[in-house]
Amino acid sequence: MALETALAVLDGMPFESNYVKSIVRVSLYVSVTAVVLSTLVSLPVALFVGFKDFPGKGLVTAIINTGMGFPSVVVGLVVLFAVSNQGPLGFLDLVFTPQAMIMSQFVLAAPVITGVSLAAVTGIDQSVRDAAYAMGGTRLDVALVVIKEARFGIATAILAGFGRAISEVGSVLIVGGNIAYADGEAYTRNITTAITLEARQGRYETAMFLGAILVSIVLLVNAIVGRLGGGGRTR
Amino acid sequence: MAIQRRDFLTLAGGGAAAGLAGCTGLFSGGENGSGNESNSSSGGSITGQELVLATTTSTYDTGLLDEVNAAFEENFGTPVQAISQGTGQALETARAGDCDVVMVHARSQEDEFMQNGYGINRRDLMFNDFVIVGPSDDPAGIGGSEDALGAFQAIAENESLFASRGDDSGTNTAELQIWEEAGVEPGGEWYLETGQGMGDTLNQASQQGGYTLSDRGTFISQQDEVELEILVQGPVEGGPEILANPYGVLAINPAVHEDVNYQLAMSYIGFLTSQEGQQVIEEYELDGEQLFFPQALSEDPNFQQYVPEDWQPDGENGGNATEDNATDE
Repeated sequence: MALETALAVLDGMPFESNYVKSIVRVSLYVSVTAVVLSTLVSLPVALFVGFKDFPGKGLVTAIINTGMGFPSVVVGLVVLFAVSNQGPLGFLDLVFTPQAMIMSQFVLAAPVITGVSLAAVTGIDQSVRDAAYAMGGTRLDVALVVIKEARFGIATAILAGFGRAISEVGSVLIVGGNIAYADGEAYTRNITTAITLEARQGRYETAMFLGAILVSIVLLVNAIVGRLGGGGRTR
Repeated sequence: MAIQRRDFLTLAGGGAAAGLAGCTGLFSGGENGSGNESNSSSGGSITGQELVLATTTSTYDTGLLDEVNAAFEENFGTPVQAISQGTGQALETARAGDCDVVMVHARSQEDEFMQNGYGINRRDLMFNDFVIVGPSDDPAGIGGSEDALGAFQAIAENESLFASRGDDSGTNTAELQIWEEAGVEPGGEWYLETGQGMGDTLNQASQQGGYTLSDRGTFISQQDEVELEILVQGPVEGGPEILANPYGVLAINPAVHEDVNYQLAMSYIGFLTSQEGQQVIEEYELDGEQLFFPQALSEDPNFQQYVPEDWQPDGENGGNATEDNATDE
Protein backbone atom coordinates (compact mmCIF):
# COMPACT_ATOMS: atom_id res chain seq x y z
CA MET A 1 0.00 0.00 0.00
CA ALA A 2 0.96 3.61 -0.43
CA LEU A 3 1.36 3.96 3.31
CA GLU A 4 3.83 1.09 3.48
CA THR A 5 5.89 2.66 0.71
CA ALA A 6 5.77 6.02 2.42
CA LEU A 7 6.93 4.50 5.70
CA ALA A 8 9.67 2.54 3.96
CA VAL A 9 11.12 5.81 2.72
CA LEU A 10 11.72 6.76 6.35
CA ASP A 11 14.46 4.17 6.69
CA GLY A 12 16.67 6.29 4.51
CA MET A 13 16.10 9.39 6.62
CA PRO A 14 18.54 10.67 9.24
CA PHE A 15 16.05 10.08 12.08
CA GLU A 16 15.23 7.17 14.31
CA SER A 17 12.83 5.70 11.81
CA ASN A 18 11.05 3.41 14.26
CA TYR A 19 10.28 6.37 16.46
CA VAL A 20 8.82 8.30 13.55
CA LYS A 21 6.97 5.28 12.21
CA SER A 22 5.29 4.47 15.48
CA ILE A 23 4.28 8.11 15.90
CA VAL A 24 2.73 8.15 12.43
CA ARG A 25 1.02 4.86 13.20
CA VAL A 26 -0.51 6.22 16.40
CA SER A 27 -1.67 9.34 14.57
CA LEU A 28 -3.33 7.36 11.80
CA TYR A 29 -4.84 4.77 14.14
CA VAL A 30 -6.35 7.38 16.43
CA SER A 31 -7.57 9.78 13.75
CA VAL A 32 -8.87 7.20 11.30
CA THR A 33 -10.73 5.35 14.06
CA ALA A 34 -12.18 8.59 15.38
CA VAL A 35 -13.28 9.68 11.90
CA VAL A 36 -14.82 6.28 11.06
CA LEU A 37 -16.77 6.33 14.31
CA SER A 38 -17.87 9.94 13.87
CA THR A 39 -18.96 9.21 10.31
CA LEU A 40 -21.09 6.30 11.49
CA VAL A 41 -22.82 8.62 13.93
CA SER A 42 -22.81 11.81 11.89
CA LEU A 43 -24.27 10.55 8.61
CA PRO A 44 -27.55 9.23 10.07
CA VAL A 45 -27.86 12.41 12.14
CA ALA A 46 -27.24 14.57 9.08
CA LEU A 47 -29.82 12.61 7.05
CA PHE A 48 -32.35 12.80 9.86
CA VAL A 49 -31.91 16.49 10.51
CA GLY A 50 -31.74 17.21 6.81
CA PHE A 51 -34.99 15.51 5.81
CA LYS A 52 -37.18 15.48 8.87
CA ASP A 53 -39.08 18.42 10.24
CA PHE A 54 -39.27 18.33 13.99
CA PRO A 55 -39.59 20.85 16.81
CA GLY A 56 -36.19 22.20 17.82
CA LYS A 57 -34.62 21.56 14.45
CA GLY A 58 -33.18 25.06 14.40
CA LEU A 59 -31.63 24.49 17.80
CA VAL A 60 -30.06 21.19 16.74
CA THR A 61 -28.59 22.84 13.65
CA ALA A 62 -27.23 25.65 15.79
CA ILE A 63 -25.63 23.15 18.17
CA ILE A 64 -24.00 21.31 15.26
CA ASN A 65 -22.66 24.55 13.84
CA THR A 66 -21.31 25.63 17.22
CA GLY A 67 -19.66 22.24 17.64
CA MET A 68 -17.78 22.72 14.39
CA GLY A 69 -15.74 25.50 15.90
CA PHE A 70 -15.56 24.22 19.45
CA PRO A 71 -12.13 24.84 20.98
CA SER A 72 -10.18 21.60 21.09
CA VAL A 73 -8.42 22.22 24.40
CA VAL A 74 -11.81 22.57 26.06
CA VAL A 75 -12.84 19.24 24.56
CA GLY A 76 -9.59 17.80 25.93
CA LEU A 77 -10.33 19.11 29.40
CA VAL A 78 -13.88 17.77 29.37
CA VAL A 79 -12.77 14.35 28.14
CA LEU A 80 -9.97 14.33 30.75
CA PHE A 81 -12.48 14.99 33.52
CA ALA A 82 -14.74 12.28 32.14
CA VAL A 83 -12.10 9.54 31.84
CA SER A 84 -9.90 10.47 34.79
CA ASN A 85 -10.04 7.95 37.61
CA GLN A 86 -12.27 10.31 39.54
CA GLY A 87 -14.53 11.05 36.57
CA PRO A 88 -17.77 9.33 35.59
CA LEU A 89 -15.96 7.04 33.13
CA GLY A 90 -12.98 6.52 35.41
CA PHE A 91 -13.81 2.84 35.92
CA LEU A 92 -12.97 2.19 32.27
CA ASP A 93 -9.34 3.09 32.95
CA LEU A 94 -9.06 5.11 29.76
CA VAL A 95 -7.04 8.12 30.82
CA PHE A 96 -3.72 8.48 28.95
CA THR A 97 -4.62 5.82 26.36
CA PRO A 98 -5.15 6.01 22.60
CA GLN A 99 -8.82 5.28 23.28
CA ALA A 100 -9.12 8.54 25.23
CA MET A 101 -7.50 10.34 22.30
CA ILE A 102 -10.04 8.72 19.97
CA MET A 103 -12.82 9.99 22.22
CA SER A 104 -11.63 13.57 22.08
CA GLN A 105 -11.04 13.47 18.33
CA PHE A 106 -14.48 11.93 17.91
CA VAL A 107 -16.02 14.85 19.77
CA LEU A 108 -14.07 17.26 17.56
CA ALA A 109 -14.71 15.58 14.22
CA ALA A 110 -18.37 14.58 14.63
CA PRO A 111 -19.86 18.10 14.46
CA VAL A 112 -17.74 18.95 11.42
CA ILE A 113 -18.77 15.79 9.57
CA THR A 114 -22.40 16.27 10.58
CA GLY A 115 -22.47 19.93 9.65
CA VAL A 116 -20.83 19.61 6.26
CA SER A 117 -22.82 16.46 5.37
CA LEU A 118 -25.99 18.21 6.42
CA ALA A 119 -25.26 20.98 3.97
CA ALA A 120 -24.52 18.37 1.30
CA VAL A 121 -27.68 16.30 1.75
CA THR A 122 -30.00 19.29 2.04
CA GLY A 123 -28.48 20.48 -1.20
CA ILE A 124 -29.83 17.40 -2.98
CA ASP A 125 -32.89 18.29 -4.94
CA GLN A 126 -36.23 17.31 -3.39
CA SER A 127 -37.17 15.68 -6.70
CA VAL A 128 -34.45 13.05 -6.22
CA ARG A 129 -36.07 11.92 -2.99
CA ASP A 130 -39.55 12.08 -4.48
CA ALA A 131 -38.43 9.94 -7.38
CA ALA A 132 -36.84 7.39 -5.09
CA TYR A 133 -40.03 7.15 -3.04
CA ALA A 134 -42.11 6.93 -6.19
CA MET A 135 -40.06 3.97 -7.33
CA GLY A 136 -41.27 2.21 -4.20
CA GLY A 137 -38.06 2.68 -2.27
CA THR A 138 -37.94 2.15 1.47
CA ARG A 139 -36.61 4.79 3.79
CA LEU A 140 -33.19 3.12 3.65
CA ASP A 141 -33.22 3.05 -0.16
CA VAL A 142 -34.01 6.73 -0.26
CA ALA A 143 -31.24 7.45 2.23
CA LEU A 144 -28.79 5.46 0.08
CA VAL A 145 -29.84 7.30 -3.04
CA VAL A 146 -29.34 10.62 -1.31
CA ILE A 147 -25.95 9.55 0.04
CA LYS A 148 -24.97 8.49 -3.46
CA GLU A 149 -26.05 11.81 -4.91
CA ALA A 150 -24.34 13.77 -2.18
CA ARG A 151 -21.20 11.65 -2.09
CA PHE A 152 -18.86 14.43 -3.06
CA GLY A 153 -20.17 16.68 -0.32
CA ILE A 154 -20.04 13.82 2.19
CA ALA A 155 -16.50 12.95 1.18
CA THR A 156 -15.59 16.58 1.74
CA ALA A 157 -17.24 16.38 5.16
CA ILE A 158 -15.25 13.31 6.15
CA LEU A 159 -12.10 14.92 4.84
CA ALA A 160 -12.76 18.06 6.86
CA GLY A 161 -13.36 15.91 9.93
CA PHE A 162 -10.14 14.00 9.33
CA GLY A 163 -8.21 17.22 8.88
CA ARG A 164 -9.56 18.56 12.15
CA ALA A 165 -8.81 15.30 13.96
CA ILE A 166 -5.28 14.61 12.76
CA SER A 167 -3.97 18.15 12.98
CA GLU A 168 -5.31 18.80 16.45
CA VAL A 169 -2.84 19.01 19.33
CA GLY A 170 -4.44 20.52 22.42
CA SER A 171 -6.90 17.86 23.44
CA VAL A 172 -4.82 14.78 22.60
CA LEU A 173 -1.93 16.19 24.60
CA ILE A 174 -4.20 16.59 27.62
CA VAL A 175 -5.99 13.25 27.47
CA GLY A 176 -3.22 11.16 25.89
CA GLY A 177 -0.23 12.33 27.89
CA ASN A 178 2.16 12.18 24.90
CA ILE A 179 3.55 8.81 26.01
CA ALA A 180 6.32 6.91 24.27
CA TYR A 181 8.22 3.99 25.73
CA ALA A 182 11.88 4.07 26.58
CA ASP A 183 12.72 2.27 23.33
CA GLY A 184 11.08 5.05 21.32
CA GLU A 185 7.87 3.18 20.52
CA ALA A 186 5.00 5.65 20.69
CA TYR A 187 1.94 4.79 22.76
CA THR A 188 -0.10 7.98 22.89
CA ARG A 189 2.37 10.19 21.07
CA ASN A 190 1.04 11.31 17.74
CA ILE A 191 2.53 13.63 15.15
CA THR A 192 1.23 16.86 16.63
CA THR A 193 2.16 16.13 20.23
CA ALA A 194 5.56 14.85 19.10
CA ILE A 195 6.15 18.15 17.29
CA THR A 196 5.35 20.02 20.51
CA LEU A 197 7.82 17.87 22.41
CA GLU A 198 10.58 18.06 19.82
CA ALA A 199 10.25 21.83 19.63
CA ARG A 200 10.35 22.04 23.42
CA GLN A 201 13.60 20.11 23.37
CA GLY A 202 15.05 22.31 20.66
CA ARG A 203 15.18 19.43 18.14
CA TYR A 204 13.75 21.52 15.37
CA GLU A 205 14.91 19.24 12.56
CA THR A 206 12.87 16.32 13.79
CA ALA A 207 9.95 18.65 14.48
CA MET A 208 10.09 20.03 10.95
CA PHE A 209 10.31 16.56 9.50
CA LEU A 210 7.26 15.42 11.44
CA GLY A 211 5.48 18.56 10.29
CA ALA A 212 6.26 17.68 6.70
CA ILE A 213 4.85 14.19 7.25
CA LEU A 214 1.66 15.63 8.72
CA VAL A 215 1.18 17.96 5.76
CA SER A 216 1.87 15.10 3.36
CA ILE A 217 -0.74 12.88 5.02
CA VAL A 218 -3.38 15.59 4.84
CA LEU A 219 -2.52 16.27 1.19
CA LEU A 220 -2.56 12.56 0.37
CA VAL A 221 -5.93 12.02 1.98
CA ASN A 222 -7.20 15.10 0.18
CA ALA A 223 -6.07 13.69 -3.13
CA ILE A 224 -7.60 10.26 -2.49
CA VAL A 225 -10.93 11.68 -1.42
CA GLY A 226 -10.89 14.12 -4.30
CA ARG A 227 -10.46 11.24 -6.72
CA LEU A 228 -13.15 9.12 -5.09
CA GLY A 229 -15.72 11.87 -4.91
CA GLY A 230 -14.70 13.94 -7.90
CA GLY A 231 -16.15 11.53 -10.47
CA GLY A 232 -19.77 12.12 -9.49
CA ARG A 233 -21.78 15.25 -9.25
CA THR A 234 -21.33 16.73 -12.68
CA ARG A 235 -24.49 18.79 -12.75
CA MET B 1 -9.87 -7.51 43.57
CA ALA B 2 -9.06 -4.10 42.31
CA ILE B 3 -6.18 -5.44 40.32
CA GLN B 4 -8.31 -8.17 38.80
CA ARG B 5 -10.90 -5.66 37.73
CA ARG B 6 -8.21 -3.60 36.11
CA ASP B 7 -6.94 -6.66 34.30
CA PHE B 8 -10.34 -7.43 32.97
CA LEU B 9 -10.88 -3.90 31.76
CA THR B 10 -7.48 -3.86 30.12
CA LEU B 11 -8.43 -7.00 28.24
CA ALA B 12 -11.82 -5.62 27.31
CA GLY B 13 -10.22 -2.36 26.20
CA GLY B 14 -7.59 -4.25 24.25
CA GLY B 15 -10.31 -6.30 22.54
CA ALA B 16 -12.23 -3.17 21.66
CA ALA B 17 -9.06 -1.58 20.35
CA ALA B 18 -8.28 -4.64 18.26
CA GLY B 19 -11.84 -4.59 16.96
CA LEU B 20 -11.56 -0.96 16.02
CA ALA B 21 -8.22 -1.55 14.42
CA GLY B 22 -9.85 -4.30 12.39
CA CYS B 23 -12.42 -1.85 11.08
CA THR B 24 -9.79 0.64 10.10
CA GLY B 25 -7.46 -1.93 8.62
CA LEU B 26 -8.85 -0.96 5.26
CA PHE B 27 -7.35 2.49 5.57
CA SER B 28 -4.14 1.82 7.36
CA GLY B 29 -2.88 -1.38 5.93
CA GLY B 30 -3.79 -3.52 8.93
CA GLU B 31 -0.44 -2.89 10.51
CA ASN B 32 -2.03 -0.59 13.03
CA GLY B 33 -3.87 -3.33 14.77
CA SER B 34 -0.86 -5.42 15.56
CA GLY B 35 1.20 -2.38 16.50
CA ASN B 36 -1.30 -1.19 19.03
CA GLU B 37 -2.10 -4.58 20.37
CA SER B 38 1.49 -5.22 21.22
CA ASN B 39 1.37 -1.95 23.12
CA SER B 40 -1.67 -2.76 25.17
CA SER B 41 -0.91 -6.36 25.93
CA SER B 42 2.90 -5.99 25.94
CA GLY B 43 4.12 -9.49 25.31
CA GLY B 44 6.95 -10.70 27.46
CA SER B 45 5.94 -8.73 30.49
CA ILE B 46 6.02 -10.61 33.78
CA THR B 47 2.92 -9.02 35.14
CA GLY B 48 1.16 -8.08 31.94
CA GLN B 49 0.73 -4.62 33.43
CA GLU B 50 2.14 -1.25 32.65
CA LEU B 51 3.37 1.33 35.03
CA VAL B 52 2.18 4.90 34.58
CA LEU B 53 4.67 7.50 35.73
CA ALA B 54 3.97 11.21 35.95
CA THR B 55 7.20 13.15 35.95
CA THR B 56 8.73 16.52 35.33
CA THR B 57 9.85 17.73 31.96
CA SER B 58 13.47 17.98 33.11
CA THR B 59 13.95 14.25 33.66
CA TYR B 60 12.25 13.60 30.36
CA ASP B 61 13.80 16.23 28.13
CA THR B 62 17.34 15.46 29.21
CA GLY B 63 16.87 11.85 28.10
CA LEU B 64 17.58 10.41 31.56
CA LEU B 65 14.16 8.87 31.84
CA ASP B 66 14.47 6.79 28.69
CA GLU B 67 17.70 5.38 30.04
CA VAL B 68 16.30 4.56 33.47
CA ASN B 69 13.06 3.14 32.11
CA ALA B 70 14.85 0.96 29.60
CA ALA B 71 16.90 -0.50 32.45
CA PHE B 72 13.75 -1.06 34.51
CA GLU B 73 12.00 -2.75 31.62
CA GLU B 74 15.00 -4.98 31.08
CA ASN B 75 14.83 -6.13 34.70
CA PHE B 76 11.10 -6.44 35.17
CA GLY B 77 9.73 -6.76 31.66
CA THR B 78 7.33 -3.97 32.48
CA PRO B 79 7.17 -0.98 30.17
CA VAL B 80 6.83 2.43 31.76
CA GLN B 81 4.39 4.94 30.37
CA ALA B 82 5.90 8.29 31.20
CA ILE B 83 3.83 11.45 31.10
CA SER B 84 6.02 14.53 31.32
CA GLN B 85 4.35 17.48 32.93
CA GLY B 86 5.39 20.26 35.28
CA THR B 87 5.72 19.21 38.91
CA GLY B 88 2.41 20.83 39.85
CA GLN B 89 0.55 19.18 37.00
CA ALA B 90 2.23 15.82 37.66
CA LEU B 91 1.11 15.91 41.28
CA GLU B 92 -2.37 16.90 40.13
CA THR B 93 -2.43 13.87 37.82
CA ALA B 94 -1.34 11.78 40.79
CA ARG B 95 -3.96 13.34 43.04
CA ALA B 96 -6.63 12.17 40.60
CA GLY B 97 -5.16 8.66 40.72
CA ASP B 98 -4.31 8.78 37.01
CA CYS B 99 -0.77 7.49 37.47
CA ASP B 100 0.92 4.98 39.76
CA VAL B 101 4.11 6.77 40.67
CA VAL B 102 5.43 10.35 40.54
CA MET B 103 8.94 11.71 40.16
CA VAL B 104 9.16 15.42 40.89
CA HIS B 105 11.39 18.13 42.31
CA ALA B 106 9.58 20.50 44.62
CA ARG B 107 9.86 19.39 48.21
CA SER B 108 7.21 21.79 49.48
CA GLN B 109 4.65 20.47 47.00
CA GLU B 110 5.66 16.87 47.67
CA ASP B 111 5.22 17.44 51.40
CA GLU B 112 1.75 18.83 50.93
CA PHE B 113 0.90 15.87 48.74
CA MET B 114 2.14 13.44 51.38
CA GLN B 115 0.43 15.26 54.21
CA ASN B 116 -2.88 15.07 52.42
CA GLY B 117 -2.46 11.32 52.31
CA TYR B 118 -2.21 10.99 48.51
CA GLY B 119 1.39 9.85 48.48
CA ILE B 120 3.20 7.10 50.30
CA ASN B 121 6.80 5.91 50.60
CA ARG B 122 8.57 8.97 49.35
CA ARG B 123 12.27 8.48 48.66
CA ASP B 124 15.05 10.93 47.90
CA LEU B 125 16.23 9.92 44.47
CA MET B 126 18.87 12.21 43.06
CA PHE B 127 19.80 15.84 42.76
CA ASN B 128 21.27 18.32 40.41
CA ASP B 129 21.13 22.06 40.63
CA PHE B 130 19.67 25.20 39.19
CA VAL B 131 21.74 27.75 37.38
CA ILE B 132 20.96 31.36 36.58
CA VAL B 133 21.49 31.84 32.87
CA GLY B 134 21.41 34.98 30.80
CA PRO B 135 22.80 36.75 27.73
CA SER B 136 26.55 37.04 27.48
CA ASP B 137 26.48 40.85 27.67
CA ASP B 138 24.91 40.42 31.13
CA PRO B 139 23.16 43.81 31.53
CA ALA B 140 22.54 43.27 35.26
CA GLY B 141 26.18 42.37 35.86
CA ILE B 142 25.59 39.17 37.79
CA GLY B 143 28.19 37.02 36.04
CA GLY B 144 30.44 35.01 38.32
CA SER B 145 28.51 35.97 41.44
CA GLU B 146 28.14 33.32 44.10
CA ASP B 147 25.12 34.99 45.58
CA ALA B 148 21.89 33.88 43.96
CA LEU B 149 19.76 36.28 46.02
CA GLY B 150 21.99 39.20 45.11
CA ALA B 151 21.82 38.22 41.45
CA PHE B 152 18.03 38.19 41.51
CA GLN B 153 18.01 41.55 43.29
CA ALA B 154 20.33 42.99 40.65
CA ILE B 155 18.11 41.72 37.85
CA ALA B 156 15.08 43.31 39.51
CA GLU B 157 16.80 46.63 40.21
CA ASN B 158 18.12 46.82 36.70
CA GLU B 159 14.72 45.73 35.40
CA SER B 160 16.46 43.30 33.08
CA LEU B 161 14.19 40.90 31.29
CA PHE B 162 13.52 37.74 33.27
CA ALA B 163 11.60 34.81 31.82
CA SER B 164 9.76 32.79 34.44
CA ARG B 165 8.11 29.50 33.65
CA GLY B 166 5.08 30.49 35.67
CA ASP B 167 3.72 26.97 35.38
CA ASP B 168 3.83 25.69 38.94
CA SER B 169 6.69 23.40 38.01
CA GLY B 170 9.51 22.48 40.36
CA THR B 171 11.76 25.05 38.72
CA ASN B 172 9.06 27.70 39.00
CA THR B 173 8.56 26.83 42.66
CA ALA B 174 12.30 27.16 43.31
CA GLU B 175 12.42 30.45 41.41
CA LEU B 176 9.57 31.95 43.42
CA GLN B 177 11.28 30.88 46.62
CA ILE B 178 14.45 32.69 45.59
CA TRP B 179 12.51 35.86 44.82
CA GLU B 180 10.87 35.61 48.20
CA GLU B 181 14.14 35.17 50.04
CA ALA B 182 15.67 37.97 48.02
CA GLY B 183 12.85 40.18 49.24
CA VAL B 184 11.68 41.06 45.75
CA GLU B 185 8.13 40.90 44.53
CA PRO B 186 8.70 40.09 40.84
CA GLY B 187 6.41 41.85 38.44
CA GLY B 188 6.32 44.64 35.94
CA GLU B 189 7.18 44.62 32.30
CA TRP B 190 10.58 43.02 32.76
CA TYR B 191 9.09 39.86 34.31
CA LEU B 192 7.53 37.47 31.79
CA GLU B 193 5.68 34.32 32.61
CA THR B 194 6.02 31.98 29.66
CA GLY B 195 3.66 29.33 31.02
CA GLN B 196 5.71 26.69 29.22
CA GLY B 197 8.34 24.06 29.83
CA MET B 198 12.02 24.74 30.51
CA GLY B 199 13.07 24.29 26.90
CA ASP B 200 10.50 26.77 25.61
CA THR B 201 11.38 29.20 28.37
CA LEU B 202 15.09 28.98 27.55
CA ASN B 203 14.23 29.66 23.93
CA GLN B 204 12.19 32.70 24.83
CA ALA B 205 14.85 34.06 27.18
CA SER B 206 17.42 33.52 24.44
CA GLN B 207 15.35 35.18 21.73
CA GLN B 208 14.66 38.21 23.88
CA GLY B 209 18.03 38.48 25.60
CA GLY B 210 16.70 37.81 29.07
CA TYR B 211 17.65 35.88 32.17
CA THR B 212 16.01 32.78 33.52
CA LEU B 213 16.45 30.09 36.13
CA SER B 214 17.05 26.67 34.62
CA ASP B 215 17.87 23.25 35.92
CA ARG B 216 21.38 22.42 34.83
CA GLY B 217 20.36 19.28 32.94
CA THR B 218 17.88 20.95 30.60
CA PHE B 219 20.27 23.83 30.05
CA ILE B 220 23.12 21.50 29.07
CA SER B 221 20.88 19.54 26.75
CA GLN B 222 19.79 22.77 25.05
CA GLN B 223 22.83 25.00 25.27
CA ASP B 224 23.69 24.59 21.60
CA GLU B 225 20.28 25.88 20.61
CA VAL B 226 20.25 29.02 22.73
CA GLU B 227 22.43 32.07 23.14
CA LEU B 228 22.60 31.98 26.88
CA GLU B 229 25.33 31.18 29.33
CA ILE B 230 25.55 30.17 32.95
CA LEU B 231 26.12 33.31 35.01
CA VAL B 232 25.52 31.99 38.50
CA GLN B 233 26.46 28.40 39.28
CA GLY B 234 24.56 26.05 41.54
CA PRO B 235 26.01 23.86 44.28
CA VAL B 236 27.22 21.20 41.84
CA GLU B 237 29.87 23.70 40.74
CA GLY B 238 30.30 25.22 44.18
CA GLY B 239 27.42 27.69 44.05
CA PRO B 240 24.97 28.53 46.83
CA GLU B 241 22.83 25.84 48.43
CA ILE B 242 19.61 27.65 47.59
CA LEU B 243 20.12 26.54 43.97
CA ALA B 244 20.05 22.85 44.93
CA ASN B 245 17.52 20.79 43.03
CA PRO B 246 16.61 17.52 44.75
CA TYR B 247 14.33 14.98 43.11
CA GLY B 248 11.98 12.70 44.98
CA VAL B 249 9.96 9.71 43.88
CA LEU B 250 6.75 8.63 45.55
CA ALA B 251 4.01 6.05 45.14
CA ILE B 252 0.33 6.93 45.05
CA ASN B 253 -1.37 5.77 48.22
CA PRO B 254 -3.46 2.73 47.27
CA ALA B 255 -5.72 3.44 50.24
CA VAL B 256 -6.87 6.60 48.46
CA HIS B 257 -6.95 5.26 44.90
CA GLU B 258 -7.61 1.56 44.98
CA ASP B 259 -6.93 1.01 41.29
CA VAL B 260 -3.39 2.34 41.20
CA ASN B 261 -0.75 -0.30 40.64
CA TYR B 262 0.95 0.01 43.99
CA GLN B 263 3.13 -3.08 43.69
CA LEU B 264 4.57 -2.00 40.36
CA ALA B 265 5.07 1.50 41.70
CA MET B 266 7.09 0.11 44.58
CA SER B 267 9.14 -2.10 42.27
CA TYR B 268 9.94 1.01 40.28
CA ILE B 269 10.90 3.00 43.36
CA GLY B 270 12.86 0.02 44.60
CA PHE B 271 14.73 -0.24 41.33
CA LEU B 272 15.51 3.47 41.09
CA THR B 273 16.87 3.55 44.61
CA SER B 274 18.86 0.32 44.21
CA GLN B 275 22.55 0.15 43.42
CA GLU B 276 21.78 -0.58 39.82
CA GLY B 277 19.22 2.19 39.37
CA GLN B 278 21.47 4.70 41.08
CA GLN B 279 24.32 3.64 38.85
CA VAL B 280 22.24 4.26 35.73
CA ILE B 281 21.53 7.76 37.03
CA GLU B 282 25.17 8.37 37.91
CA GLU B 283 26.47 7.20 34.57
CA TYR B 284 24.03 9.13 32.43
CA GLU B 285 25.89 11.82 30.59
CA LEU B 286 25.08 14.37 27.97
CA ASP B 287 27.84 16.12 26.06
CA GLY B 288 30.27 14.45 28.44
CA GLU B 289 28.69 15.99 31.50
CA GLN B 290 27.00 14.17 34.34
CA LEU B 291 23.51 15.62 34.73
CA PHE B 292 22.10 13.96 37.84
CA PHE B 293 23.72 12.85 41.07
CA PRO B 294 22.30 9.80 42.84
CA GLN B 295 21.14 10.41 46.36
CA ALA B 296 19.21 7.33 47.44
CA LEU B 297 22.13 5.24 48.65
CA SER B 298 23.16 6.78 51.88
CA GLU B 299 25.17 5.74 54.87
CA ASP B 300 23.02 8.03 56.90
CA PRO B 301 19.41 6.96 56.33
CA ASN B 302 17.37 10.05 56.77
CA PHE B 303 13.92 9.25 58.11
CA GLN B 304 12.52 12.53 56.85
CA GLN B 305 12.91 11.44 53.24
CA TYR B 306 10.04 8.98 53.61
CA VAL B 307 7.62 11.44 55.14
CA PRO B 308 6.97 15.15 54.87
CA GLU B 309 9.59 17.28 56.57
CA ASP B 310 8.71 17.91 60.22
CA TRP B 311 6.25 15.05 60.08
CA GLN B 312 4.32 14.34 63.25
CA PRO B 313 2.77 10.88 63.19
CA ASP B 314 -0.87 11.15 64.22
CA GLY B 315 -2.06 7.68 63.37
CA GLU B 316 -4.23 8.91 60.50
CA ASN B 317 -1.75 8.40 57.70
CA GLY B 318 -0.01 5.35 59.09
CA GLY B 319 1.43 2.42 57.19
CA ASN B 320 -1.67 0.26 57.69
CA ALA B 321 -3.27 1.86 54.70
CA THR B 322 -2.27 -0.87 52.26
CA GLU B 323 -3.52 -3.66 54.49
CA ASP B 324 -6.83 -1.90 54.90
CA ASN B 325 -7.07 -1.77 51.18
CA ALA B 326 -6.26 -5.42 50.70
CA THR B 327 -9.23 -6.46 52.82
CA ASP B 328 -11.39 -3.75 51.42
CA GLU B 329 -13.31 -5.70 48.82
